[in-house]
Amino acid sequence: MKFKDYYEALGVERTATHADIKKAYRKLAHKYHPDVSADPNSEAKFKDIAEAYATLKDPEKREAYDNLGKHPAGEPFTPPPDWQQHFHTGEAGLDDVDLADLFSAFGRTGGRSQRRQSFPVPGQDYEIVAPVTLEQIYNGEEIELSAELPEYDANGLAHRVARTFRITIPKAAANGQRLRLASKGGPGFNGGRPGDLYVSLALQPHPLYRPDGRDLYIDLPLAPWEAVLGASVHVPTLAGTVELTVKPGTTAGQKLRLAKRGLASADGSVGALYAIVRIEVPKTVGAREHELLEQLAAASNFNPRKHFA
Amino acid sequence: MSAPLSDSIWLNEVDLCPLAHLAEVSGLSIEEIEDLVDTDVIKPVEAGSQTPMFQLRYVVTVKTARRLRDDFELDRQGLALALSLLQRIDELQAEIHATKARLGRPR
Repeated sequence: MKFKDYYEALGVERTATHADIKKAYRKLAHKYHPDVSADPNSEAKFKDIAEAYATLKDPEKREAYDNLGKHPAGEPFTPPPDWQQHFHTGEAGLDDVDLADLFSAFGRTGGRSQRRQSFPVPGQDYEIVAPVTLEQIYNGEEIELSAELPEYDANGLAHRVARTFRITIPKAAANGQRLRLASKGGPGFNGGRPGDLYVSLALQPHPLYRPDGRDLYIDLPLAPWEAVLGASVHVPTLAGTVELTVKPGTTAGQKLRLAKRGLASADGSVGALYAIVRIEVPKTVGAREHELLEQLAAASNFNPRKHFA
Repeated sequence: MSAPLSDSIWLNEVDLCPLAHLAEVSGLSIEEIEDLVDTDVIKPVEAGSQTPMFQLRYVVTVKTARRLRDDFELDRQGLALALSLLQRIDELQAEIHATKARLGRPR
């Protein structure tokens, strides 16, 4: 088992009062709570903070924690022998048990003062993030997920076990959408219902497409002469390449719509793919190109800045 | 261990559930959920219905409400206010995201 420094996590001294601990927790929760923070790393940070507070706010758990002594955070350590006797772990020991799970089991298994909860305690919900690509959503693919989830032994002690799930992404799925797996979370105690497992989809950035709802946007680079003269260009879509006609006189920023080339909606409709025109110019030109451009400049009366006058 | 999942449901805008289901999965009381309805944080599919039904995506909202209530020790008024503000932030972020998608990739 690895030691965790709960006082360090909350930024308080080991002699801190209950009020100090509560104040430190509230301050850090405002900063790192995953529902209010924009920092993607805040969830892991808040987990540490909440875990530390859950133990240190309870006088009995705090006393038990203090009796473990002070060790460097992350250093393997062995709890006193009476802890193993208390949790009836036998030879299995507590090596694969997380310190947080040990303290959360205190209330259920009696703790040192044999305090035992008798009311129904619902099982814990868990959430895992599934990175998905646009292609996986578009095709409604099946993906495999792995997560370490706790499984409880006969003494109510959680042991982290690697589990793998297969889920099918619906074609109408969106970034942040969740799948609820009923009763796949932690077990309930004293008749409480089991917790659920939630899978949250995290859409990965795509090198070509930018989604907006069920529509997709792609940049369409054109050479100046293609924009002026018109052209037939190949545009990649999630369903394969299509040929797009660019009309003569197309300008930068113009949106060319390809109907039903976006993502599917739950109601059966399909979004569009919008190609946003960009006019690209060559950074260097050869002698012949230079000569032709000089001729064009001399022959043209086009003035893009005439509204300045 | 790899297991196909049959007892699973996507929390989307199409499938519906009653108010009691939102209370059951979140651990909030019926009264707390009704507060969220009164403040338009969650909206029934048909306003004024005797047995209001809600989009399943609201499961995420009520679970967030439960977390905020517990982690910040919020009362019912504070909880509704916090959720309203979070929804406005979500809407603004969605607008920023959509605008960036339409504008094109920065060069």
